[in-house]
Amino acid sequence: MIPRLAAALCAIWFALPALATIDIEEVTSPGGIEAWLVEDHSIPFVALEFWFVGGSALDAPEARGATYLMMGLLEEGAADMDAQAFAAEVEGLATAFSFDAAGDAVTVSARMLTQNRTEAADLLRAALVEPRFDEDAIERVRGQVLSIIEGNARNPSDIARTTFNAMAYGDHPYGTPQEGSVDSVTALTRDDILAAHRAALTRDRVVVGAAGDITAEELGALIDRILGDLPAEAPPRPDPVTLDLPGGITVVDFPSPQSVAFFGHAGIDRDDPDFFAAFVLNQVLGGGGFRSRLMEEVRVARGLTYGIGSFLSLADLSPAILGQFSSSNELVAEAIEVVRAEWSDLAQNGITEEELEAAKRYMTGEYPLRFDGNGTIAGILASMQSDDMPVDYITNRNSYIEAVTLEDVRRVAARLLDPEALHFVVVGQPQNVSPGN
Amino acid sequence: MLHRLALALGLILTPLAVHAAGDIADFTLENGMQVVVIEDHRAPAVTHMVWYRVGAADEPPGQSGIAHFLEHLMFKATDTMASGEFSAVVEANGGSDNAFTSWDYTAYFQRVATDRLGLMMQMEADRMRNLRFDPAEVATERSVILEERAQRVDSSAGALFNEQARAALFLNHPYGIPIIGWRHEMETLDVDHLQAFYDSWYHPNNAILIVAGDVTPDEVRALAEEHYGPIPASDALPPRLRPLEPPHIADRRLVYEDARVANPYVSIQMLAPVREPGDQAEAAALVYLAEILGGGQTSLLSRRLQNEEQRSLYAAAFYDSTSVDPSGFTLVNIPVPGVSLEEAEADLWRIVEGFLADGIDPEQFERIRFRIEAGEIYEEDDTAGLARSYGVDLSTGLGIADIEGWTDTLAAVTPEDVMEAARRLFSDPSTVTGYLVRPQDNAQADSAEVGQ
Repeated sequence: MIPRLAAALCAIWFALPALATIDIEEVTSPGGIEAWLVEDHSIPFVALEFWFVGGSALDAPEARGATYLMMGLLEEGAADMDAQAFAAEVEGLATAFSFDAAGDAVTVSARMLTQNRTEAADLLRAALVEPRFDEDAIERVRGQVLSIIEGNARNPSDIARTTFNAMAYGDHPYGTPQEGSVDSVTALTRDDILAAHRAALTRDRVVVGAAGDITAEELGALIDRILGDLPAEAPPRPDPVTLDLPGGITVVDFPSPQSVAFFGHAGIDRDDPDFFAAFVLNQVLGGGGFRSRLMEEVRVARGLTYGIGSFLSLADLSPAILGQFSSSNELVAEAIEVVRAEWSDLAQNGITEEELEAAKRYMTGEYPLRFDGNGTIAGILASMQSDDMPVDYITNRNSYIEAVTLEDVRRVAARLLDPEALHFVVVGQPQNVSPGN
Repeated sequence: MLHRLALALGLILTPLAVHAAGDIADFTLENGMQVVVIEDHRAPAVTHMVWYRVGAADEPPGQSGIAHFLEHLMFKATDTMASGEFSAVVEANGGSDNAFTSWDYTAYFQRVATDRLGLMMQMEADRMRNLRFDPAEVATERSVILEERAQRVDSSAGALFNEQARAALFLNHPYGIPIIGWRHEMETLDVDHLQAFYDSWYHPNNAILIVAGDVTPDEVRALAEEHYGPIPASDALPPRLRPLEPPHIADRRLVYEDARVANPYVSIQMLAPVREPGDQAEAAALVYLAEILGGGQTSLLSRRLQNEEQRSLYAAAFYDSTSVDPSGFTLVNIPVPGVSLEEAEADLWRIVEGFLADGIDPEQFERIRFRIEAGEIYEEDDTAGLARSYGVDLSTGLGIADIEGWTDTLAAVTPEDVMEAARRLFSDPSTVTGYLVRPQDNAQADSAEVGQ
C-alpha cells in the first residue's frame, strides 16, 4: 500500500533522534515500600503516582461497583474533615489529588508544592487511610454514579464496549462495567464500600512513581507517611479468562444517524516472545497517527469514517486486540468489509519492508518524546512497575523494537490475526448489516 | 467524581490561564510573522506550532465549516509534496502532528525531536502558500468531515443542545455558527471556496510561530528566517470585522428533546466581556467570579446545591476569558431525580442572588488567589500547554504585554472588584435558558413554559 509515500519518504531519510537520558533512582522507603524516582529540581513541586494493582476486578460478585464508588468517595471527607472541609484544605494548599478506578488497578495521582508538601501528604494520607464514607456523601456520590450509569446506557460507544465485554466474558468481572448496574449500585451498603477499601488499597500491591523536586531520602519518608498505615495483605485476584467469542456481527438497535462499531478478538500476552512483533504489527494495522492501514483504507481512501484505530489491550487477565470506529448507518457495512479485508491481508501476507521501517522509525522516535514533564514521567514509572518491567526497560525498549524482523511480524500476524474470529458489535441502525454475517 | 460527570456532559472546564514568566522570547520576522520561543531543556524535544489568525467566525456567509475543512485539506498535496506526505514524514521522524480549528484561530502543530525542527518548518512553510486542491480528494475529505460531524455532534444529544443554545445566544455574531459547520452548508463546500479562503488568510503576516522545548531563541530565529522568511507578506489581508451583537433586550428560552438524554439539565447563558488589549481587569474579575460561583467542590453552587441541599448532581459556572469578541458566561445545573428543571433553574438564580446579597467569603477568596498563583508553578511543567495558551492569546488579539501582565492583573483583583463585575454581569441579564430533556419529561417542561 501507498508505495508513492514510501518513495517520497526515501528522499528525506534521517538518523534516529537521540534517546532521552532518564535517570531512574530505585528507592525503598524505611517501611519497605519500593518506588521509582526521577529527580528534577527545576520546578518546585513533585508529581506522585500510586497504583494499587487489583482494581475493580476485585469487586465481590454481589457488590459490583463497590470499588468504583469507593474511589469516588475518597475525596468526600477524611479523618475529622467532612467533604467540604477536605476540599477546602486541598484548595488552600493548591495541591491536587485524583482518585480513579480501572479494571486492573485503582490509581491515585497527586501533585504537591515543595513549600507545603508535608501538609499535603498528611491530607492524602487521611484520604487513603481514614476516609469517612459519611452516609450523606455516599448518597450524593451514589446519585452521581447512577447518573453516569444512565449516561453510559444511552451512549453508543459505551453500549458497544459493554455488549462486547458481556458476550466475551460473561460472569467474570471483565464482563460487566466497573461502575456497576443501577440495581447493584442502589443495593451497595457502607459495609460493601468498607470491604472494597480494605481490598483495593494495600501496601503489598502498590507501585509508586515520583518525579520532580524531591530527593530519594525525602521520598522514602513521604511514602511511609502517606501509605505506612495501610494494611499489607491483599486479597487474591480473579482467575485469568480467555476471550473466545465466536466471529460475527452483533447489532444493537440504537436510534442515531451513525453506527458505532467495536471489534476484536483474543490478543497476546506482554511476556510473549512475539510481543514486540505484535506491537509493530498493530502499529501498521491501526496504531496512532494517520498512516495506519485502517486509517488509510477506511478514512483517507474512502471517507467512511472520521477516525478508526486498533490497539493491543493488555488487560492483566485477558489480553485482546480491539478496535473501534463510527460510520454513517449507510456506510458501516462497507467499512466492516474493509476492516475484515485488511485483517485477512495482514494474516496472509504480513507487512511490507517499507511499512516495517516506517513503523519502527515512528515507534522508536516517538518514545523518548514522552518523557516531557513531572506528571507524565511519574505516570510512566508507575505503569512500568505495574507491568513488572525492569528499570532498564526505558534504555532497552527501542532495541527490542529494532530487533523485530519482517519474518517475526509475518509469523505473529498469521498467529494473532484471525478474520474468522473477528467479532463486531454494531450500535446504531446500520443498513445491509445482518447479525452473524 | 464531579470532573468525570462534567466530562460525560461534554462541558469543558476552562483552566485558569496564568503564564510562567521566565525563559520566553518573542520577535517578528520582516514579513510580519510573529514568533514566540518558550525554552524548556528537560527533554530533547520541541513542540512546533503555527497559528493563523482566522477561524470559523471569519467564514463567508453560507460557507460554515470552511475554516475547519481547510484545516483537513492542509494535510493533502502541495506543489512539491504528495497528499499525506506531511504526516508520513512527521511519523517517519518519530513525531506526531495534528491541527485544530476554533472560532478565532486555526493551528497546526508537531511534536518532534529537537533536531527535526528545521524539517518541520520547511514543510509547514511549504503548505502555508503551496497547497493544491484536488477535486477528488476534496470530495472524499468532505465525507470525512460529514462523518466527523455525525460522530461529534449528531450522535450526542448534549452536543446538539449546545449547538442550538449557542445559536440562540448570538443574534448576529458568527460565534453562533458551529465550527464544524451546519450540515447543509458543509455539503456544498467545494474547491473554489477552499481556494478563496486559503488565499485570503494563509500568509506569514497573519501567522504566529510558537516553538516550545529544547531550543534557544537564536536557533529558532535562524531557522524561521530560513524557512518562513522568504514568504512574502500579503498586502490584502481582510480585516477581522465580524458582525457585532445588538443589545440583548429579550430573554430567550429553548427546549431540546432527545431520547438519548440520560440526565436532563438546564443551562443559562449570557454575554460577558473578555480580555481586551490593555484592559483585562474586568475579565480577571470574571475569572474569579466563575471560580467562586461554580469552579470546584467548595464553590457556592457545588457546596450549596450538591452538598448541603442535595438538590443537584452537578452545578457549575463557566467563563471563557479569551476570545476576539465578547463571549459567554454560563451556569449549568443537573438536578437530582425528583427535582424539576424549573426548580433547577430557580435554584441557580437563588444562589446567584444570595451571592449578590451576601458577598464573598474572604477565606474562599484567598484560597482561589493562592491556587491561581500556584497554577503558574504547575504550568511550567507543561510547556506544550503553555505554547497553546500563548497561541490562543495572541491569535485572539492580545499582545505579549497583555499576556505578561495577566498574572499581575489576576493577583490585583479584590473581592470588591469581583462584586462589581458580578453586579454588572447580572444587573440586567438578557439570558438564553435552555432545557435538555428526554421525551417523557416533555409534558413537564411544556407546562412550565406556559407558567413563565
